[in-house]
Amino acid sequence: MSQRPKIALIGNPNAGKSSLFNSLTGLRQKTGNFPGVTMDKHTGVWEIESGQEIDILDLPGIYSIYPKSLDEELVINILGNPAHEDYPDMAIVVADASNLKRNLLLFSQVRDLGIPTVLALNMIDVAETEGYVINSIKLARELNVEVAEINAKKGIGVNGLRLAVSKTLANRYASNDGLPLPVDDQLIAGIQLKFGEADPYRSLLWLMEHDRMKMFSVEQRDAFDAIQHEFHFNSEEYKTSETVKRYEALSEVVERCVINLNRQWDAPPVKTWTDRLDSVFLHAVGGYLFFFLLLFVMFQAVFTWAAYPMDGIDAGVAYLNDWLKTVLPASALTGLLTDGLVAGIGGVLIFVPQIAFLFFFIAMLEETGYMSRVMFIMDKLMRRFGLNGKSVVPLISGVACAVPAIMSTRSIGSWKDRLITIMVTPLMSCSARLPIYTVLISLVVPEKSTLFGLFNLQGLALFGMYLLGFLMAIISAWVMKQILQVKERSYFIMELPTYKAPRFKHMAISILNSVKAFVFEAGKIIVAISIVLWVLASYGPGDSMKQVDLQVRQANPTLAEDALANRIAAEKLEQSYAGHFGHFIEPVIKPLGYDWKIGIALITSFAAREVFVGTMSTIYSLGGEVDDENATIKNRMRAEINPATGKPLYDAALGFSLLIFYAFAMQCMSTLATTYRETKSWKYPAIQFFYMTALAYLAAFVTYQVLA
Amino acid sequence: MNTRKTVADLKIGERAEIIGFTDALLSLKLLEMGCLPGSEVEMTHLAPFGDPMAIKVSGYTLTMRKEEAATIQILPKNN
Repeated sequence: MSQRPKIALIGNPNAGKSSLFNSLTGLRQKTGNFPGVTMDKHTGVWEIESGQEIDILDLPGIYSIYPKSLDEELVINILGNPAHEDYPDMAIVVADASNLKRNLLLFSQVRDLGIPTVLALNMIDVAETEGYVINSIKLARELNVEVAEINAKKGIGVNGLRLAVSKTLANRYASNDGLPLPVDDQLIAGIQLKFGEADPYRSLLWLMEHDRMKMFSVEQRDAFDAIQHEFHFNSEEYKTSETVKRYEALSEVVERCVINLNRQWDAPPVKTWTDRLDSVFLHAVGGYLFFFLLLFVMFQAVFTWAAYPMDGIDAGVAYLNDWLKTVLPASALTGLLTDGLVAGIGGVLIFVPQIAFLFFFIAMLEETGYMSRVMFIMDKLMRRFGLNGKSVVPLISGVACAVPAIMSTRSIGSWKDRLITIMVTPLMSCSARLPIYTVLISLVVPEKSTLFGLFNLQGLALFGMYLLGFLMAIISAWVMKQILQVKERSYFIMELPTYKAPRFKHMAISILNSVKAFVFEAGKIIVAISIVLWVLASYGPGDSMKQVDLQVRQANPTLAEDALANRIAAEKLEQSYAGHFGHFIEPVIKPLGYDWKIGIALITSFAAREVFVGTMSTIYSLGGEVDDENATIKNRMRAEINPATGKPLYDAALGFSLLIFYAFAMQCMSTLATTYRETKSWKYPAIQFFYMTALAYLAAFVTYQVLA
Repeated sequence: MNTRKTVADLKIGERAEIIGFTDALLSLKLLEMGCLPGSEVEMTHLAPFGDPMAIKVSGYTLTMRKEEAATIQILPKNN
């Protein structure tokens, strides 16, 4: 445990807590312009003065101390429990000055919990363009706290905040107004008798929210229920009356401290940029059209524009591989290094441009505020399928990676909507599928064919794969909705933030971080699996590998040495451990059109699908007639011949069957682990694994049988 | 007696004053989000298929479904 003081950042969603966190700590916590970017707590260190450090705790946004979803619950579990390891010494309430009254509601509740509090007024510039001038000195006097004016995005006002925090930390002063509404003295006494001396308002919070607070045992919860019953205490009524009462008092404060320059009741509404943009983006027809167009451009870009840097990387990796082969002595280890590791890592690196484009578009959606609009226009449609407008965020970010996407479901208030969203999000095509799609599409979809000279056919196919994933996600959601006949209330009361211009420097950093994480995370797995696979593919049970050498030589006495070596290599792969595994599952995957070599790839990508491309390159380099001049994975797969027909193995039927399989199959341990963590049960990851894999098998079977 | 009008009855561009709520659980959420009795609302957008809707209240835009809007009682403004 550190002895440093701890400060929690509290505030309404999208008030700028994470931006402030980043500018105080120098860290790069994810920010965005929609409510609910932060789903978990994050800690960083703020060097308030040289030599004096403070722990800063960034928390999900809340509108009040009465939680309505899981991310909000987390905050109350910390603020309501002084024994919690994250319980802060003081709080900075970050308030959006352009919506002062609502932000002050939360401020007054946090202060009354007995936590020393500083009020940080953010977005004063926005308030001023809307015609509100805030007298923060007067506000500080009225509320009896230190007030600092900040601009969290630009990092302005940190000095003032430093002063306010130092003062508040020094005297640990919590200006506490006591209970907002009087209750029976015996009620508070009764709680304190059982649960210890505490601030009266905190005691009341315990009483009202005990079911959401992890600090209480089942017996203690029953005790709270009994107290509620004994005093006929209605929590919901109290909360509502308390809120009204607080607003009444705050209205007067705001009245005295804020000058409204456009006060007239019926003043003609000022058309802001946000209004103008919304009349397009939220339009009943135009809104959908624009959204679809945006997605379409995004996938064209991912496929077409990214092709140039990709070709460069591809050539670079092939060059490095050839160079290594010429300088290193020809040995088994060199083979592992070049065909296993370099080819495998190259297989990931080549997709960096595509992934960067993808992250760029997602960052644009999040930064500008358009994401909330997508939730708005999609809510009705999503609800028909058992989802919720808020499911759009996990589904869209699932295109990058299902792990953070599943975590982002915490803002969905209804358990049923949230569960269904978690279950179907992995069907969205994540960035690990992108390499597989790209390789397979380039094998089976003709290149450069354009429809009306406008679109790249391969780009269109890629768009189709993503669309397929999305359609399967909402269809599965609909099926689950039919199974889970839970009557639970879900609501869609959500704030639409104003549009903000994207900060490109900020986006560049976040794209860089995401790409780095992708390369290193995927890279680690690929290196590990490549080594294991290489061993399994180079050795076989008993002395079978030696036998192979002899047998092939005896069977083909006339073959030239080169061709003979290839034949032996191919035969050896088949007799190796990996080959045995592949043959073992071949009967199961034969109906999908796959041979034992693809079987090996299916086995290795069981835990993480991103190793598919690396596995393919290892397998085909070990066991095929490969021309080393063109040693890219694409060329190797293209050269592969189906022994039964004598034609290229990767024809349309097999290509599409594999594409469909990888689109639907659950091949990601991290996702299953996240599902377990978020649902707190092994049941749901198990269901997720089996339904997705079954779906993948069936769909690939149908595809192959129809096309073959 | 004519039944009370609610936010769900508003057409795009219409304004009204909030006078109360009919649903105890939703009213807390709505209050916390700034839908205060006495404050003015303006209906600004309707999503495709007519639901959800966006309203302007307390100087910002709030989305809600029709069924949620139907729990906010209003006094229409004559304009």
